[in-house]
Amino acid sequence: MSVLKLKELSKKPDLLTGGHRMCAGCGAPIVVRQVLAAIDEPVIIANATGCLEVATTIYPYSAWKLPWIHSAFENAAATISGVEAMYQSLKRQGKIPADTKIKFLAFGGDGGTYDIGLQALSGALERGHDFMYVCYDNGAYMNTGIQRSSATPFGADTTTSPAGKVLQGKTQKRKDLTKIALAHGAPYVAQASPHNWKDLMAKVQKAMSIEGPKFMNIIAPCNRGWRTQTNDAIALSRLGVNTCFWPLYEVADGVATVTYNPKKNRRPISEWLKPQGRFKHLFKPENDWMLKKFQDLVDENWRSVVGMHNASHPGEQIDPEEGKTW
Amino acid sequence: MSKPKGWKDLPEGGLIKEAGNAEKYNTGAWRSDRPIWIKENCIQCMFCWVFCPDAAITVDKNGERGEFDYLHCKGCGICALECPSKVKSIVMMSEAEGAKPDALEKAKAAALKMAEEKKAVKA
Amino acid sequence: MKKVAMTGNVAVANAMRQINPDVCAAYPITPSTEIMQQFSTFVANGQVDTELVTVESEHSAMSACIGAAAAGGRVMNATSANGLALMWEMLYIAAGNRLPIVLSCVNRALSAPINIHCDHSDSMGARDSGWIQLYAENAQEAYDNTIQAVRIGEHPDLHLPVMSCMDGFIISHSIENLELLDDRQVGDFVGPYKGTAYPLLDLANPVTYGALHLQDYYIESRKQLHEAHKRAKNIVIEVGREYGKLSGRSYGLFETYKMDDAEIGIVALNSAAGTAKVVVDEFRAKGVKAGLLKPRLFRPFPYLEIADALKGLKALCVLDRADSFGAAGGPLFIEVRSALYDLPKRPVAINKIFGLGGRDLGLDDLRKVFEELVTLLDKGQAKSLYEYITVRE
Repeated sequence: MSVLKLKELSKKPDLLTGGHRMCAGCGAPIVVRQVLAAIDEPVIIANATGCLEVATTIYPYSAWKLPWIHSAFENAAATISGVEAMYQSLKRQGKIPADTKIKFLAFGGDGGTYDIGLQALSGALERGHDFMYVCYDNGAYMNTGIQRSSATPFGADTTTSPAGKVLQGKTQKRKDLTKIALAHGAPYVAQASPHNWKDLMAKVQKAMSIEGPKFMNIIAPCNRGWRTQTNDAIALSRLGVNTCFWPLYEVADGVATVTYNPKKNRRPISEWLKPQGRFKHLFKPENDWMLKKFQDLVDENWRSVVGMHNASHPGEQIDPEEGKTW
Repeated sequence: MSKPKGWKDLPEGGLIKEAGNAEKYNTGAWRSDRPIWIKENCIQCMFCWVFCPDAAITVDKNGERGEFDYLHCKGCGICALECPSKVKSIVMMSEAEGAKPDALEKAKAAALKMAEEKKAVKA
Repeated sequence: MKKVAMTGNVAVANAMRQINPDVCAAYPITPSTEIMQQFSTFVANGQVDTELVTVESEHSAMSACIGAAAAGGRVMNATSANGLALMWEMLYIAAGNRLPIVLSCVNRALSAPINIHCDHSDSMGARDSGWIQLYAENAQEAYDNTIQAVRIGEHPDLHLPVMSCMDGFIISHSIENLELLDDRQVGDFVGPYKGTAYPLLDLANPVTYGALHLQDYYIESRKQLHEAHKRAKNIVIEVGREYGKLSGRSYGLFETYKMDDAEIGIVALNSAAGTAKVVVDEFRAKGVKAGLLKPRLFRPFPYLEIADALKGLKALCVLDRADSFGAAGGPLFIEVRSALYDLPKRPVAINKIFGLGGRDLGLDDLRKVFEELVTLLDKGQAKSLYEYITVRE
């Protein structure tokens, strides 16, 4: 296992090369680079249709220095299931060397994972293939032009949940996909953020050491869809974690652990919402109730995650109110 | 790129056999802002490397950071924002300014100014 | 080689056992369910080396097949009707990626209304997906086609997925006497897998499957698929001939029955052809020069050869077990009639849509068709080009 020191990791060749055509400052390729840097074994990837797929493989160019397949939008988990099944079959039959070690990954955005790909993901998790699905969650269908998905936060202004005269952005709250994955009994499920690369990579390494289906949900800011600056993907993922919008935690073989507790760094959700153009309307005086509701949703989710942690760690209890100074 | 191949010469099934050949593609031309690296300020933390969406930070065999890979850098500015050194070792300039011979000197001055401003705010 | 009595589904499952694919996906749908069900027992009993992926939908079935085939091994699957419809998107992708997956399609009517019985609306709807399509009259042919499909699809000049079709219930669930080859004969015939030149599992040579092709490359990729289909015909003939040497049952592009001097004829796919043969014999006994052509290869459609085989006819009826709503006839009719267009002297051609949703096609129904063709010999003009039979008014 690679030591998680950037000095060492950065010597490894980049498996997602430059020259891909993701937007400047996109969070997704940062996530992918960190995930791949953490893995020592050869990797084969299935990618759902979406920004990452489209922008990294515009024929005749591919930014992937590893075997990679895209087939459709809703089926990255099913596609990697097939690849992994063939590997198991050929290995068992002695058609490939018995000591071959390959890690199988699937990448999908939130649209391809929370929504259209949920069934295929559920099937693959239930069947127990030895693979890891990584969702890069930017909270909308960014590739098609910022339509709301079930991962889009409450109140967000997207092109199919626009803030208008009557409706003020998305009326529903987010789906909690991480917990849905967890409900499958997958041996490893985690949430991570690219600003905390060490935590992200440690989770990837832990996942890779476990046989069976793994799921990681990783926040990946999109400056086009969030209407922010090109330079703030890391700053906003950090703030997303410190506001408890995106708790960092893992559940390994049933043991839930909050891997980062913001404590004194904890901030009100308005600080994360404020720089994002998609939440601009939340700051109108008449929409103050929305800010309050958003904060309530965040607090409720954080309490639920902390509750899981506390149930697993009787000796290391976290107070979900800690750091809430406002 | 040379003349695109016809159907007889392309691999079947739309396959790309040259893995990672996107390296040949110039996304540096997208840049409106250019990061300037100030080696003397650099603490070699490699945050820029781990946060770069475009693998545009060159690293030598000893793990030492080198110059930007301007063929791929899109100028997003994440590296400059996240650069933790007391006096920034990465400064963003407009692409036109950044391409001039005095860009490094201007960047150094800007980095110092930013550090002083930060100190003043703290005080 | 041994004589056995089994249903079409069990015959196909046994062909799969003898082929011993590396990966199969399984998802149940009537009437194809029994194929993968039977095959699952072969897996459970260690009679095959197959890794069985028990997916949660047909869409995932074909997706897993695509991943597995791209990984670099032999892949098979079975489905019917709505299952095939759910795979639709992936059928095109399997063909576009040139992955030689073999799919048994047990023909069943598409909804709505929901129905579980035979017609060809499922596979006919997939006719433009880029797959090779073979059709079988009976369980023996379904068994034989399944084995040949592997060789056809994996041929180095093709690399195309193959759909092997038989009639739901009529064939899939009827017990028939047929001949199975010995396991070793099948193993030798299909040989080791060589259908993917650039497998994903070849770590030393990483490749990218499924890249985005824009205006500058998409059409070239489709042209390659178009050209591959042009090469398929000769490969189907070559494989059918070789299979004949092995089994004593040779296969070509289609079967003709008493066509040599025929003046009237019927063109029909699958099990209906068996019924039609009986009626051909009846009319022959009455001195009418009747014949039958049963296409085997529907995609690519061997239009030159079929036109040649039909050119001596004065009148013919194409029987379609699927409608192409709003078109100039059923899918088979459209192809056959188009094939006839270049003949210097064309027979009169009519089209009957029959047997949708498993409605029986009886001998009387076909007698009426032949009688109508006899009247066309004199009149030369049909009262109706395209109409339903086996339907209540």
